[in-house]
Amino acid sequence: MRFRSVTLGIAWRTLHNFFRNPTLIVPALLFPLFFFTAFAGGLSRVSEAPGFDYAAGYTAFQFVFVLLQASAFGGVFTGFGMARDFESGFGRRMMLAAPGRTAIIAGYALSALVRAVFIWVLLTAIALATGMQVGGDAVDLVGLYALAAIVNFAAMMWAAGIALRFRSLQAGPLMQTPTFLILFTAPVYVPVDLLSGWVEAVARVNPVTAIIEEGRELIAGGGADALPAFGAAAALAVLLAGWALLGLRRAEAAGG
Amino acid sequence: MGTQVAELARRSIKRTLRQPAQVVPTITFPLFLLAINAGGLDAATNLPGFPTDSYLTFALAVTFIQSGIFAVLNGGADLARDIETGFLDRLALTPMSGLALVAGQLAGVIALGLINALVYLLVGLAAGAGFAAGLSGALVLLALAVLITFAFGCIGVFAAFKFGDGEAVQGLFPVLFVFLFLSSMALPRPLIEQDWFRTIATLNPVSYLIEGIRSLYIDGFDGEALALAFGNAAVIAVIFLLLAVTGLRGRLVRT
Repeated sequence: MRFRSVTLGIAWRTLHNFFRNPTLIVPALLFPLFFFTAFAGGLSRVSEAPGFDYAAGYTAFQFVFVLLQASAFGGVFTGFGMARDFESGFGRRMMLAAPGRTAIIAGYALSALVRAVFIWVLLTAIALATGMQVGGDAVDLVGLYALAAIVNFAAMMWAAGIALRFRSLQAGPLMQTPTFLILFTAPVYVPVDLLSGWVEAVARVNPVTAIIEEGRELIAGGGADALPAFGAAAALAVLLAGWALLGLRRAEAAGG
Repeated sequence: MGTQVAELARRSIKRTLRQPAQVVPTITFPLFLLAINAGGLDAATNLPGFPTDSYLTFALAVTFIQSGIFAVLNGGADLARDIETGFLDRLALTPMSGLALVAGQLAGVIALGLINALVYLLVGLAAGAGFAAGLSGALVLLALAVLITFAFGCIGVFAAFKFGDGEAVQGLFPVLFVFLFLSSMALPRPLIEQDWFRTIATLNPVSYLIEGIRSLYIDGFDGEALALAFGNAAVIAVIFLLLAVTGLRGRLVRT
Protein backbone atom coordinates (compact mmCIF):
# COMPACT_ATOMS: atom_id res chain seq x y z
CA MET A 1 0.00 0.00 0.00
CA ARG A 2 1.12 3.49 -0.71
CA PHE A 3 1.90 6.03 1.98
CA ARG A 4 -1.15 8.12 1.17
CA SER A 5 -3.68 5.31 1.29
CA VAL A 6 -2.32 4.01 4.62
CA THR A 7 -2.40 7.51 6.10
CA LEU A 8 -5.95 8.16 4.94
CA GLY A 9 -7.15 4.71 6.01
CA ILE A 10 -5.83 5.08 9.54
CA ALA A 11 -7.07 8.66 9.82
CA TRP A 12 -10.53 7.60 8.65
CA ARG A 13 -10.72 4.74 11.13
CA THR A 14 -9.53 6.89 14.04
CA LEU A 15 -11.95 9.69 13.22
CA HIS A 16 -14.78 7.22 12.75
CA ASN A 17 -14.14 5.89 16.25
CA PHE A 18 -13.94 9.42 17.63
CA PHE A 19 -17.13 10.76 16.09
CA ARG A 20 -19.16 7.60 16.76
CA ASN A 21 -18.21 7.22 20.42
CA PRO A 22 -19.91 9.68 22.81
CA THR A 23 -17.44 8.88 25.60
CA LEU A 24 -14.66 10.23 23.35
CA ILE A 25 -16.34 13.14 21.62
CA VAL A 26 -18.32 14.63 24.51
CA PRO A 27 -15.36 15.28 26.87
CA ALA A 28 -13.24 16.47 23.93
CA LEU A 29 -15.86 19.11 23.19
CA LEU A 30 -16.93 19.99 26.70
CA PHE A 31 -13.54 20.41 28.34
CA PRO A 32 -12.27 23.30 26.19
CA LEU A 33 -15.64 25.01 26.44
CA PHE A 34 -15.66 24.56 30.17
CA PHE A 35 -12.15 25.92 30.61
CA PHE A 36 -13.02 28.86 28.38
CA THR A 37 -16.14 29.57 30.43
CA ALA A 38 -14.38 29.22 33.76
CA PHE A 39 -11.32 31.30 32.84
CA ALA A 40 -12.86 33.98 30.66
CA GLY A 41 -16.01 34.27 32.78
CA GLY A 42 -14.64 33.88 36.27
CA LEU A 43 -11.37 35.73 35.98
CA SER A 44 -12.17 38.66 33.70
CA ARG A 45 -11.64 41.17 36.53
CA VAL A 46 -7.95 40.15 36.53
CA SER A 47 -7.57 42.24 33.37
CA GLU A 48 -8.02 45.32 35.59
CA ALA A 49 -4.91 44.51 37.61
CA PRO A 50 -2.22 47.21 37.33
CA GLY A 51 0.14 46.40 34.46
CA PHE A 52 -2.31 44.18 32.58
CA ASP A 53 -2.24 45.78 29.17
CA TYR A 54 -4.07 43.77 26.51
CA ALA A 55 -6.26 45.66 24.09
CA ALA A 56 -8.43 42.79 22.83
CA GLY A 57 -9.89 42.05 26.26
CA TYR A 58 -9.77 39.13 28.65
CA THR A 59 -12.07 36.88 26.58
CA ALA A 60 -9.63 36.96 23.65
CA PHE A 61 -6.71 36.61 26.07
CA GLN A 62 -8.14 33.34 27.44
CA PHE A 63 -9.48 32.16 24.08
CA VAL A 64 -5.94 31.83 22.76
CA PHE A 65 -4.80 29.77 25.72
CA VAL A 66 -7.83 27.47 25.55
CA LEU A 67 -7.43 27.12 21.76
CA LEU A 68 -3.80 26.02 22.16
CA GLN A 69 -4.64 23.81 25.14
CA ALA A 70 -7.45 22.10 23.20
CA SER A 71 -5.07 21.60 20.27
CA ALA A 72 -2.42 20.04 22.49
CA PHE A 73 -4.82 17.74 24.27
CA GLY A 74 -6.46 16.79 20.95
CA GLY A 75 -3.04 15.45 19.98
CA VAL A 76 -2.51 13.72 23.31
CA PHE A 77 -5.91 12.03 23.27
CA THR A 78 -5.26 10.75 19.75
CA GLY A 79 -2.13 9.20 21.26
CA PHE A 80 -4.41 7.41 23.74
CA GLY A 81 -6.22 5.81 20.81
CA MET A 82 -2.90 4.79 19.30
CA ALA A 83 -1.83 3.17 22.58
CA ARG A 84 -5.16 1.34 22.78
CA ASP A 85 -4.73 0.05 19.22
CA PHE A 86 -1.26 -1.30 20.00
CA GLU A 87 -2.43 -2.76 23.30
CA SER A 88 -5.25 -4.65 21.60
CA GLY A 89 -2.96 -6.01 18.86
CA PHE A 90 -4.48 -3.88 16.09
CA GLY A 91 -1.24 -1.92 15.85
CA ARG A 92 0.66 -5.15 15.07
CA ARG A 93 -1.74 -5.86 12.22
CA MET A 94 -1.32 -2.31 10.90
CA MET A 95 2.45 -2.73 10.94
CA LEU A 96 2.19 -5.96 8.99
CA ALA A 97 -0.06 -4.36 6.38
CA ALA A 98 1.80 -1.07 5.92
CA PRO A 99 5.14 -1.26 4.14
CA GLY A 100 5.93 2.38 4.91
CA ARG A 101 5.18 2.44 8.61
CA THR A 102 5.76 6.15 8.99
CA ALA A 103 2.35 6.42 7.34
CA ILE A 104 0.84 4.93 10.51
CA ILE A 105 2.04 7.92 12.51
CA ALA A 106 0.96 10.26 9.72
CA GLY A 107 -2.54 8.75 9.81
CA TYR A 108 -2.96 9.38 13.52
CA ALA A 109 -1.51 12.88 13.12
CA LEU A 110 -4.02 13.67 10.38
CA SER A 111 -6.90 12.49 12.54
CA ALA A 112 -5.60 14.58 15.46
CA LEU A 113 -5.62 17.65 13.22
CA VAL A 114 -9.17 17.01 11.97
CA ARG A 115 -10.55 16.57 15.47
CA ALA A 116 -8.70 19.73 16.55
CA VAL A 117 -10.25 21.68 13.66
CA PHE A 118 -13.67 20.41 14.74
CA ILE A 119 -13.09 21.76 18.25
CA TRP A 120 -11.63 25.05 16.97
CA VAL A 121 -14.78 25.75 14.96
CA LEU A 122 -17.04 25.22 17.97
CA LEU A 123 -14.80 27.11 20.38
CA THR A 124 -14.38 30.05 18.02
CA ALA A 125 -18.12 30.24 17.34
CA ILE A 126 -18.89 30.32 21.06
CA ALA A 127 -16.15 32.86 21.77
CA LEU A 128 -17.47 35.17 19.04
CA ALA A 129 -21.04 34.68 20.24
CA THR A 130 -20.01 35.74 23.73
CA GLY A 131 -18.50 38.96 22.45
CA MET A 132 -14.83 38.19 21.90
CA GLN A 133 -13.05 41.09 20.22
CA VAL A 134 -10.84 40.22 17.27
CA GLY A 135 -8.39 42.92 16.24
CA GLY A 136 -6.31 40.82 13.87
CA ASP A 137 -6.89 40.54 10.13
CA ALA A 138 -7.24 37.34 8.11
CA VAL A 139 -3.48 36.83 7.89
CA ASP A 140 -3.15 37.17 11.67
CA LEU A 141 -5.90 34.63 12.23
CA VAL A 142 -4.37 32.18 9.77
CA GLY A 143 -1.15 32.60 11.75
CA LEU A 144 -2.97 31.88 15.02
CA TYR A 145 -4.59 28.68 13.73
CA ALA A 146 -1.30 27.65 12.08
CA LEU A 147 0.36 27.93 15.50
CA ALA A 148 -2.45 25.82 16.98
CA ALA A 149 -1.97 23.22 14.23
CA ILE A 150 1.77 22.98 14.95
CA VAL A 151 1.06 22.60 18.69
CA ASN A 152 -1.46 19.86 17.87
CA PHE A 153 1.13 18.07 15.73
CA ALA A 154 3.88 18.39 18.36
CA ALA A 155 1.63 17.08 21.16
CA MET A 156 0.49 14.21 18.95
CA MET A 157 4.13 13.30 18.24
CA TRP A 158 4.94 13.36 21.95
CA ALA A 159 1.99 11.06 22.70
CA ALA A 160 2.83 8.80 19.74
CA GLY A 161 6.39 8.39 21.00
CA ILE A 162 5.05 7.25 24.37
CA ALA A 163 2.34 5.05 22.83
CA LEU A 164 4.82 3.28 20.54
CA ARG A 165 7.30 2.66 23.32
CA PHE A 166 4.85 1.36 25.94
CA ARG A 167 2.09 0.08 23.64
CA SER A 168 -0.35 0.25 26.56
CA LEU A 169 -3.01 2.67 27.74
CA GLN A 170 -1.39 2.51 31.16
CA ALA A 171 1.15 4.99 29.78
CA GLY A 172 -1.64 7.59 29.49
CA PRO A 173 -0.42 9.70 32.44
CA LEU A 174 3.01 9.91 30.80
CA MET A 175 1.39 11.49 27.76
CA GLN A 176 -0.87 13.84 29.70
CA THR A 177 1.17 15.04 32.65
CA PRO A 178 4.12 16.67 30.83
CA THR A 179 1.69 18.32 28.40
CA PHE A 180 -0.30 19.68 31.32
CA LEU A 181 2.88 20.89 33.03
CA ILE A 182 4.33 22.69 30.02
CA LEU A 183 1.01 24.41 29.31
CA PHE A 184 0.26 25.53 32.85
CA THR A 185 3.77 26.80 33.55
CA ALA A 186 3.26 29.29 30.74
CA PRO A 187 1.39 32.60 31.28
CA VAL A 188 -2.14 31.23 31.55
CA TYR A 189 -4.02 33.94 33.44
CA VAL A 190 -1.88 37.07 33.04
CA PRO A 191 0.95 38.25 30.76
CA VAL A 192 4.39 36.91 31.64
CA ASP A 193 5.48 40.25 33.14
CA LEU A 194 2.77 39.95 35.81
CA LEU A 195 3.74 36.45 36.91
CA SER A 196 5.67 36.06 40.12
CA GLY A 197 7.86 33.54 41.94
CA TRP A 198 9.01 30.28 40.40
CA VAL A 199 6.21 30.28 37.81
CA GLU A 200 7.66 33.46 36.31
CA ALA A 201 11.15 31.94 36.16
CA VAL A 202 9.84 28.77 34.47
CA ALA A 203 7.53 30.68 32.13
CA ARG A 204 10.42 32.78 30.84
CA VAL A 205 12.29 29.68 29.61
CA ASN A 206 9.19 27.69 28.62
CA PRO A 207 8.92 27.58 24.79
CA VAL A 208 5.14 27.53 25.05
CA THR A 209 5.25 31.06 26.52
CA ALA A 210 6.40 32.50 23.19
CA ILE A 211 3.67 30.54 21.37
CA ILE A 212 0.86 31.69 23.67
CA GLU A 213 2.01 35.30 23.76
CA GLU A 214 2.33 35.43 19.96
CA GLY A 215 -1.13 33.87 19.61
CA ARG A 216 -2.51 36.65 21.82
CA GLU A 217 -0.71 39.26 19.74
CA LEU A 218 -2.10 37.77 16.52
CA ILE A 219 -5.73 37.82 17.65
CA ALA A 220 -5.28 41.39 18.87
CA GLY A 221 -3.78 42.42 15.54
CA GLY A 222 -0.29 43.16 16.75
CA GLY A 223 1.70 40.09 15.77
CA ALA A 224 4.68 41.85 14.25
CA ASP A 225 7.50 39.54 15.28
CA ALA A 226 6.16 36.03 14.87
CA LEU A 227 9.50 34.35 14.26
CA PRO A 228 10.34 33.31 17.87
CA ALA A 229 6.92 31.73 18.37
CA PHE A 230 6.85 29.88 15.07
CA GLY A 231 10.48 28.92 15.57
CA ALA A 232 9.74 27.49 19.03
CA ALA A 233 6.66 25.64 17.76
CA ALA A 234 8.50 24.24 14.73
CA ALA A 235 11.48 23.18 16.84
CA LEU A 236 9.18 21.35 19.23
CA ALA A 237 7.40 19.70 16.30
CA VAL A 238 10.62 18.52 14.64
CA LEU A 239 12.13 17.30 17.90
CA LEU A 240 9.02 15.39 18.87
CA ALA A 241 8.55 13.95 15.39
CA GLY A 242 12.03 12.45 15.81
CA TRP A 243 10.93 11.10 19.20
CA ALA A 244 7.88 9.47 17.59
CA LEU A 245 9.93 7.95 14.75
CA LEU A 246 12.39 6.46 17.24
CA GLY A 247 9.37 5.06 19.08
CA LEU A 248 8.20 3.49 15.85
CA ARG A 249 11.58 1.78 15.47
CA ARG A 250 11.25 0.49 19.05
CA ALA A 251 7.79 -0.89 18.27
CA GLU A 252 9.12 -2.54 15.11
CA ALA A 253 11.99 -4.10 17.03
CA ALA A 254 9.54 -5.41 19.62
CA GLY A 255 7.34 -6.89 16.88
CA GLY A 256 4.53 -4.33 17.24
CA MET B 1 -22.87 -0.99 66.08
CA GLY B 2 -19.60 0.53 67.40
CA THR B 3 -17.75 -2.77 66.95
CA GLN B 4 -19.12 -3.15 63.45
CA VAL B 5 -18.00 0.33 62.45
CA ALA B 6 -14.59 -0.14 64.08
CA GLU B 7 -13.90 -3.38 62.20
CA LEU B 8 -14.83 -1.94 58.83
CA ALA B 9 -13.05 1.33 59.63
CA ARG B 10 -9.81 -0.50 60.45
CA ARG B 11 -9.98 -2.35 57.14
CA SER B 12 -10.84 0.84 55.23
CA ILE B 13 -7.99 2.86 56.77
CA LYS B 14 -5.41 0.15 56.14
CA ARG B 15 -6.59 -0.32 52.58
CA THR B 16 -6.49 3.39 51.78
CA LEU B 17 -3.12 4.15 53.35
CA ARG B 18 -1.50 1.11 51.74
CA GLN B 19 -2.28 2.36 48.25
CA PRO B 20 0.26 4.98 47.14
CA ALA B 21 -1.87 5.59 44.04
CA GLN B 22 -4.61 6.88 46.36
CA VAL B 23 -2.38 8.79 48.77
CA VAL B 24 0.25 10.51 46.60
CA PRO B 25 -2.00 12.34 44.06
CA THR B 26 -4.25 13.69 46.83
CA ILE B 27 -1.24 15.48 48.30
CA THR B 28 0.81 16.40 45.24
CA PHE B 29 -1.89 17.40 42.73
CA PRO B 30 -3.58 20.11 44.88
CA LEU B 31 -0.21 21.47 46.00
CA PHE B 32 1.03 21.63 42.43
CA LEU B 33 -2.05 23.53 41.28
CA LEU B 34 -1.66 25.79 44.30
CA ALA B 35 1.95 26.53 43.37
CA ILE B 36 0.97 27.39 39.79
CA ASN B 37 -1.98 29.56 40.75
CA ALA B 38 -0.08 31.34 43.53
CA GLY B 39 2.51 32.53 41.00
CA GLY B 40 0.12 32.89 38.08
CA LEU B 41 -2.57 34.92 39.78
CA ASP B 42 -0.57 36.92 42.29
CA ALA B 43 -1.30 40.04 40.23
CA ALA B 44 -4.97 39.67 41.22
CA THR B 45 -4.06 40.76 44.76
CA ASN B 46 -3.53 44.27 43.35
CA LEU B 47 -7.21 44.55 42.47
CA PRO B 48 -9.07 47.02 44.68
CA GLY B 49 -10.99 45.10 47.33
CA PHE B 50 -8.91 41.94 47.20
CA PRO B 51 -8.86 40.71 50.81
CA THR B 52 -5.15 39.86 51.16
CA ASP B 53 -1.83 40.72 49.57
CA SER B 54 -0.84 37.06 49.24
CA TYR B 55 -2.55 34.94 46.61
CA LEU B 56 -0.99 31.88 48.24
CA THR B 57 -2.94 32.59 51.43
CA PHE B 58 -6.09 33.20 49.39
CA ALA B 59 -5.78 30.04 47.29
CA LEU B 60 -4.86 27.57 50.04
CA ALA B 61 -8.52 26.88 50.80
CA VAL B 62 -8.96 25.30 47.37
CA THR B 63 -6.54 22.47 48.21
CA PHE B 64 -8.92 21.24 50.93
CA ILE B 65 -11.77 20.99 48.43
CA GLN B 66 -9.58 19.15 45.94
CA SER B 67 -8.80 16.69 48.72
CA GLY B 68 -12.55 16.29 49.14
CA ILE B 69 -12.92 15.54 45.43
CA PHE B 70 -10.32 12.80 45.78
CA ALA B 71 -12.35 11.47 48.72
CA VAL B 72 -15.29 10.98 46.35
CA LEU B 73 -13.12 9.03 43.95
CA ASN B 74 -11.21 6.98 46.52
CA GLY B 75 -14.17 6.17 48.76
CA GLY B 76 -16.41 5.41 45.81
CA ALA B 77 -13.82 3.35 43.94
CA ASP B 78 -13.01 1.24 47.01
CA LEU B 79 -16.66 0.46 47.62
CA ALA B 80 -17.28 -0.21 43.93
CA ARG B 81 -14.41 -2.72 44.06
CA ASP B 82 -16.09 -4.39 47.05
CA ILE B 83 -19.28 -4.61 45.02
CA GLU B 84 -17.51 -5.96 41.93
CA THR B 85 -15.55 -8.59 43.91
CA GLY B 86 -18.60 -9.75 45.88
CA PHE B 87 -17.28 -8.58 49.28
CA LEU B 88 -20.43 -6.55 49.80
CA ASP B 89 -22.56 -9.63 49.15
CA ARG B 90 -20.69 -11.49 51.88
CA LEU B 91 -21.19 -8.55 54.27
CA ALA B 92 -24.89 -8.70 53.45
CA LEU B 93 -25.01 -12.17 55.00
CA THR B 94 -23.90 -10.71 58.37
CA PRO B 95 -26.19 -8.75 60.73
CA MET B 96 -24.23 -5.55 60.04
CA SER B 97 -26.37 -2.39 59.76
CA GLY B 98 -26.36 -0.28 56.62
CA LEU B 99 -25.28 2.85 58.45
CA ALA B 100 -22.33 1.03 60.01
CA LEU B 101 -21.28 -0.24 56.63
CA VAL B 102 -21.34 3.21 55.02
CA ALA B 103 -19.62 4.91 57.97
CA GLY B 104 -16.96 2.21 58.20
CA GLN B 105 -16.23 2.41 54.50
CA LEU B 106 -15.50 6.12 54.81
CA ALA B 107 -12.94 5.81 57.62
CA GLY B 108 -10.08 5.44 55.15
CA VAL B 109 -10.86 8.57 53.17
CA ILE B 110 -11.50 10.54 56.37
CA ALA B 111 -8.10 9.49 57.75
CA LEU B 112 -6.50 10.48 54.45
CA GLY B 113 -8.43 13.77 54.44
CA LEU B 114 -7.09 14.56 57.90
CA ILE B 115 -3.51 13.78 56.85
CA ASN B 116 -3.95 15.92 53.72
CA ALA B 117 -5.35 18.82 55.75
CA LEU B 118 -2.34 18.74 58.07
CA VAL B 119 0.04 18.64 55.10
CA TYR B 120 -1.69 21.57 53.35
CA LEU B 121 -1.69 23.58 56.57
CA LEU B 122 2.00 22.97 57.25
CA VAL B 123 3.11 23.43 53.64
CA GLY B 124 1.15 26.67 53.46
CA LEU B 125 2.77 28.01 56.62
CA ALA B 126 6.22 26.89 55.44
CA ALA B 127 5.66 28.67 52.11
CA GLY B 128 4.85 31.91 53.90
CA ALA B 129 1.06 31.96 53.92
CA GLY B 130 -0.66 33.74 56.76
CA PHE B 131 -3.11 32.02 59.11
CA ALA B 132 -5.14 34.61 60.98
CA ALA B 133 -7.13 32.26 63.20
CA GLY B 134 -4.16 30.92 65.18
CA LEU B 135 -3.87 27.55 66.91
CA SER B 136 -7.53 27.21 67.87
CA GLY B 137 -8.39 28.15 64.31
CA ALA B 138 -6.20 25.32 63.09
CA LEU B 139 -8.32 22.89 65.08
CA VAL B 140 -11.48 24.37 63.56
CA LEU B 141 -9.87 24.06 60.14
CA LEU B 142 -9.10 20.37 60.69
CA ALA B 143 -12.66 19.76 61.92
CA LEU B 144 -14.09 21.47 58.84
CA ALA B 145 -11.71 19.54 56.57
CA VAL B 146 -12.85 16.24 58.12
CA LEU B 147 -16.52 17.18 57.70
CA ILE B 148 -15.95 18.20 54.06
CA THR B 149 -14.08 14.95 53.40
CA PHE B 150 -16.91 12.96 55.00
CA ALA B 151 -19.53 14.86 52.97
CA PHE B 152 -17.68 14.30 49.69
CA GLY B 153 -16.96 10.69 50.66
CA CYS B 154 -20.72 10.16 51.06
CA ILE B 155 -21.15 11.33 47.44
CA GLY B 156 -18.61 8.69 46.38
CA VAL B 157 -20.33 5.96 48.38
CA PHE B 158 -23.71 6.94 46.95
CA ALA B 159 -22.24 6.82 43.43
CA ALA B 160 -20.70 3.42 44.08
CA PHE B 161 -24.05 1.98 45.24
CA LYS B 162 -25.83 3.66 42.35
CA PHE B 163 -23.48 2.53 39.60
CA GLY B 164 -21.68 -0.44 41.19
CA ASP B 165 -18.77 0.30 38.88
CA GLY B 166 -15.40 1.89 39.73
CA GLU B 167 -15.00 3.38 36.25
CA ALA B 168 -18.33 5.19 36.56
CA VAL B 169 -17.24 6.61 39.93
CA GLN B 170 -14.00 7.86 38.36
CA GLY B 171 -16.12 9.55 35.72
CA LEU B 172 -17.42 11.89 38.45
CA PHE B 173 -14.01 13.61 38.60
CA PRO B 174 -14.68 16.13 35.79
CA VAL B 175 -18.20 16.79 37.08
CA LEU B 176 -16.84 17.69 40.50
CA PHE B 177 -14.19 19.88 38.93
CA VAL B 178 -16.96 21.82 37.22
CA PHE B 179 -18.41 22.63 40.66
CA LEU B 180 -14.96 23.69 41.84
CA PHE B 181 -14.19 25.93 38.87
CA LEU B 182 -17.63 27.56 38.90
CA SER B 183 -17.16 28.75 42.46
CA SER B 184 -15.30 31.57 44.19
CA MET B 185 -12.08 29.54 44.03
CA ALA B 186 -10.09 32.07 41.98
CA LEU B 187 -11.56 35.40 43.04
CA PRO B 188 -13.77 36.60 45.90
CA ARG B 189 -17.41 36.65 44.76
CA PRO B 190 -17.73 40.46 44.93
CA LEU B 191 -14.79 40.72 42.51
CA ILE B 192 -16.25 38.35 39.90
CA GLU B 193 -17.09 40.68 37.05
CA GLN B 194 -19.56 38.58 35.03
CA ASP B 195 -23.02 38.60 36.63
CA TRP B 196 -23.94 35.11 35.40
CA PHE B 197 -20.71 33.64 36.80
CA ARG B 198 -21.19 35.40 40.15
CA THR B 199 -24.76 34.06 40.32
CA ILE B 200 -23.61 30.50 39.70
CA ALA B 201 -20.83 30.88 42.25
CA THR B 202 -23.36 32.21 44.78
CA LEU B 203 -25.67 29.23 44.20
CA ASN B 204 -22.78 26.76 44.31
CA PRO B 205 -22.30 25.27 47.80
CA VAL B 206 -18.60 24.72 47.06
CA SER B 207 -18.13 28.53 47.24
CA TYR B 208 -19.22 28.49 50.89
CA LEU B 209 -16.94 25.59 51.76
CA ILE B 210 -14.00 27.47 50.26
CA GLU B 211 -14.96 30.77 51.87
CA GLY B 212 -15.26 29.15 55.32
CA ILE B 213 -11.73 27.76 55.13
CA ARG B 214 -10.44 30.96 53.54
CA SER B 215 -11.89 33.05 56.38
CA LEU B 216 -9.69 31.19 58.87
CA TYR B 217 -6.61 32.05 56.81
CA ILE B 218 -7.46 35.68 56.13
CA ASP B 219 -9.94 37.03 58.69
CA GLY B 220 -9.54 34.86 61.78
CA PHE B 221 -12.93 33.76 63.09
CA ASP B 222 -15.75 34.89 60.81
CA GLY B 223 -18.87 33.36 62.35
CA GLU B 224 -21.05 33.73 59.27
CA ALA B 225 -18.51 32.24 56.86
CA LEU B 226 -17.81 29.33 59.21
CA ALA B 227 -21.49 28.67 59.87
CA LEU B 228 -22.18 28.59 56.13
CA ALA B 229 -19.23 26.26 55.53
CA PHE B 230 -20.13 23.82 58.31
CA GLY B 231 -23.82 24.06 57.39
CA ASN B 232 -23.31 23.37 53.70
CA ALA B 233 -20.91 20.50 54.40
CA ALA B 234 -23.38 19.00 56.89
CA VAL B 235 -26.30 19.28 54.44
CA ILE B 236 -24.26 17.59 51.68
CA ALA B 237 -23.22 14.87 54.13
CA VAL B 238 -26.76 14.18 55.39
CA ILE B 239 -28.33 14.15 51.91
CA PHE B 240 -25.78 11.81 50.40
CA LEU B 241 -25.51 9.62 53.50
CA LEU B 242 -29.27 9.02 53.34
CA LEU B 243 -29.08 8.41 49.60
CA ALA B 244 -26.15 6.03 50.15
CA VAL B 245 -28.00 4.02 52.80
CA THR B 246 -31.06 3.86 50.54
CA GLY B 247 -28.82 2.76 47.68
CA LEU B 248 -27.29 0.07 49.87
CA ARG B 249 -30.73 -1.28 50.76
CA GLY B 250 -31.69 -1.37 47.09
CA ARG B 251 -28.49 -3.19 46.20
CA LEU B 252 -28.94 -5.74 49.01
CA VAL B 253 -32.53 -6.40 47.92
CA ARG B 254 -31.26 -7.07 44.39
CA THR B 255 -28.53 -9.32 45.83
